[in-house]
Amino acid sequence: MSNKMHIKMNVNGKDEEFLAEPRELLIYTLRERLNITGPHIGCDTSHCGACTVTIDGKSVKACTMFVAQASGSSVTTIEGIGTPDSLHPLQEAFKEHHGLQCGYCTPGMITRATKLLEENPNPTEEDIRFGMAGNICRCTGYQNIVKSIQAAAVEMSSAKEAAE
Amino acid sequence: MSVHKSRPHDSGPLHVTGEARYTDDLATPVGTLHLAFGMAPVAHGVLKSLDLAPVRAMPGVRLVLGPDDFAQMPDVSPSPAPEPLLCTGTVQFHGQPLFIVAADTHLQARHAARAAGIEIDELPPILTIDDALAAKRFLEEPLEWEKGAPDAALTIAPHRVQGRIEVGGQEHFYLEGQAAMAVPGDGDEMVVHASTQHPSEIQHKVAHALHVPFAEVSVQVRRMGGGFGGKESQGNALAISCALVARKTGRAVKMRYDRDDDMMITGKRHEIRIDYDVGFDDQGRIAGVLFDHYVRCGWSADLSLPVADRAMLHADNAYNLPTARIRSTRLLTNTCSNTAFRGFGGPQGVVGIERVIDHIAAELNLDPLDVRRANFYAAGAVGQTTPYGMQIEDNVINELVQELSDTSDYTKRRAEIADYNARSPVLKRGLALTPVKFGISFTLTQLNQAGALVHIYTDGSIRLNHGGTEMGQGLFTKVASVAADVFGVDSAQVKITATDTTKVPNTSATAASSGSDLNGMAVQAACKTVRARMADYLCNATVLWHARDADGHDLLDRDGKPDRREHSFNCAPADLIFNGDMVSDGTNTIPFWAAAQACYAARISLSSTGYYATPKLEWDRLKRSGPRRPFFYFAYGAAVTEVAVDTLTGENRILRTDILHDCGRSLNPALDIGQIEGAYVQGAGWLTMEELVWTPAGRGNLGGALSTHAPSTYKIPGCSDRPKTFNVALFQNENVEDTIHKSKAVGEPPFMLGISALMALQDAVRAAGSDVMLDAPATPERLLNAIETANGAGW
Ligand code: FES
Ligand code: FES
Repeated sequence: MSNKMHIKMNVNGKDEEFLAEPRELLIYTLRERLNITGPHIGCDTSHCGACTVTIDGKSVKACTMFVAQASGSSVTTIEGIGTPDSLHPLQEAFKEHHGLQCGYCTPGMITRATKLLEENPNPTEEDIRFGMAGNICRCTGYQNIVKSIQAAAVEMSSAKEAAE
Repeated sequence: MSVHKSRPHDSGPLHVTGEARYTDDLATPVGTLHLAFGMAPVAHGVLKSLDLAPVRAMPGVRLVLGPDDFAQMPDVSPSPAPEPLLCTGTVQFHGQPLFIVAADTHLQARHAARAAGIEIDELPPILTIDDALAAKRFLEEPLEWEKGAPDAALTIAPHRVQGRIEVGGQEHFYLEGQAAMAVPGDGDEMVVHASTQHPSEIQHKVAHALHVPFAEVSVQVRRMGGGFGGKESQGNALAISCALVARKTGRAVKMRYDRDDDMMITGKRHEIRIDYDVGFDDQGRIAGVLFDHYVRCGWSADLSLPVADRAMLHADNAYNLPTARIRSTRLLTNTCSNTAFRGFGGPQGVVGIERVIDHIAAELNLDPLDVRRANFYAAGAVGQTTPYGMQIEDNVINELVQELSDTSDYTKRRAEIADYNARSPVLKRGLALTPVKFGISFTLTQLNQAGALVHIYTDGSIRLNHGGTEMGQGLFTKVASVAADVFGVDSAQVKITATDTTKVPNTSATAASSGSDLNGMAVQAACKTVRARMADYLCNATVLWHARDADGHDLLDRDGKPDRREHSFNCAPADLIFNGDMVSDGTNTIPFWAAAQACYAARISLSSTGYYATPKLEWDRLKRSGPRRPFFYFAYGAAVTEVAVDTLTGENRILRTDILHDCGRSLNPALDIGQIEGAYVQGAGWLTMEELVWTPAGRGNLGGALSTHAPSTYKIPGCSDRPKTFNVALFQNENVEDTIHKSKAVGEPPFMLGISALMALQDAVRAAGSDVMLDAPATPERLLNAIETANGAGW
């Protein structure tokens, strides 16, 4: 069809170029076109956070952004945050502190939490409550999610101090 | 020992990197079709005509199946009463599937599903409990159980009160919606991947729909993104539709409900009305109680009968009711068909008696906790029986509540809160401690069985299959630790694989909290069979093996030949020790893999099935009274919740929650505590904020659409709703029954701890000077109304 648009974006460090209908939702671009299935679809309407990705440094819900809006941007999904051999401290913390049960919310949670800790490296419990308010978890009751983020924050700031 | 340890979830590394695959993440074969249902736009009416030509003309559409395309409408029901896949004449609820669209993409299918020409002669829908009572729409005759002579007890009791509580339903909101994919195989074969708690049922339903033997259909489930009971029967329609279209087109077919469709089509927790009439003495001790349960089942049977039964079975909770009569009326309405949800009716039953206790305390002006204590089943085995005739043999509620009230400073805080409330005109605090006693076993006795399959390979690695499904509860992690314990190896050496009906047949749903009880025992039985075979051989032969390096390559001796080793064990087979990845008689020790290698060389089978059936059960739901035993044992727990309510707005917060819960000898304390925290928050959500609203009849329509069909209008607890202070501990206990490593089931029982949040709100409302008894969910609106009613300004 002629109404396709030429889209260029960088996803997890890799340049991608393709033709797509401008109204294609970014979550479908990622999951179906690029086979990046870490960001999940939980609600389709920007309420659950399962699809959270980072676009040019901001947390974004990929289910409510058109691919055209993301054109020219750089997108990071959970797959770009760490690998099984070299986990990000948040990934390590969620794994070790039982910050997950069914795991469906986990990629979105961790992706959002990476931004939260960038915005605020030493968040209080209260900061985490509100900083993570856009991400829903139906399994854990959030207790271990908050603990995981706190543990990662401590780990990251001591690693930073050691480096300085 | 690999059990009783806090090992993290086995899929953790995959979850944190996004690699864990759910049904919708599976790579689809080329040409895969996607399905959507066309849904009924009204709640009740006669389907006059259905024009599907416009649907067929929509872009990307490959196949449309309507009611006329079936000689016999496939059945999706989990119960003996059939439930048609598609509406066949009378529309029964708003959102009922009318036809199936198969298209190239998910969105094309959904768009096309809106294009049908639908003509319906609308009828007034039966929506509420009152509607159904007026129309006499009963799913079955009311069921009644009785203990002693409650009418006489009520007449002579010093005090007597009557009341009613209405308790709303609950949407599961599993974060991963329903999903299924069918891939056609050779001949009549069909492989189904489904997000389901009940692979065997999907297998049976798909086979029926395709008119093939069960053996032609295999169902696989690696994991679900949450289930909570909502994937016990509600996935049948998707799996059957995928399989039907796959058979017709020869292509792979996938279906995932969009969240709105999911919330409109699938069943929910049963809404209930409980009327009560209770007689008691000056200390609040109950002499007799009558309960009348009115259960809103929705439009079809689904699992409503056993759900409503379980509500009756929990009408006593942890309290000794000397006399009681419990009646349950199961009502049909033109709404989605309510289904299993964590606790399976039990929570509704428990809310009823907890309300009764609060009402008694209010009447006598006592602390509700004192009334609770005065009514608990006595400590130890003392011959007290439940209203359904089961002896109480494992009661720990008295000690447990004592310990929790001590550790949570209940008495001191009670005084502090009274003091605070006296000084605070606008904000009022409330405190409540509620117990739970929850019966473990399926009430349909035949479901209490499980099978397992274990293979040992010659490198010592272990592959495990069982009938349970993983929905986040950590079942696989627990069961792997059971297997690792039998062979004395590290859990990491145990590979757990997707649940698969071709490996373990005729399984029960992973439900009723029974997953690790049943499957743990079956896996242990399978492992013990293989271990006994290995020990028999190893203790009666000279064991030959080749040493290997860490990579599994044979080590060579100086002559370049394999480094052969020889051992004889000097012990009876039963005394051979499997521990630390080694097999030993105390003197001679060989690696576990070497033992496996030697057994293989000696032609000893290293694979076995295992089977378990829960003992002691005896249950007849239609018997009115007399001794019976529906449950193997009970799990106990208690929670103290403190809340603050803004009396000007009804807005509220949970300030602190303390929980002490009985998991027997926990198989994995960290996973169990995670289950308790999650269950509490979900339970509190049910009773305080999660509100389902169906549109009433209005201008131009007769009503009956679920208006809270998305998270924008249906509020589940978020990160900021959880208790500010949250202390959770496990009660030191072990199961008196012979369960897997003396543990107890944990999935459902702690859900009912959330009831303490409702009762704490009730306490705060009383502190605000109102004696209105709250219905649930106690939303800010309801709280405000209760408070304003006391001021004469309620609505
Ligand atoms: S799927 Fe995007 S926020 Fe829920
Ligand atoms: S772990 Fe299941 S939704 Fe968060």
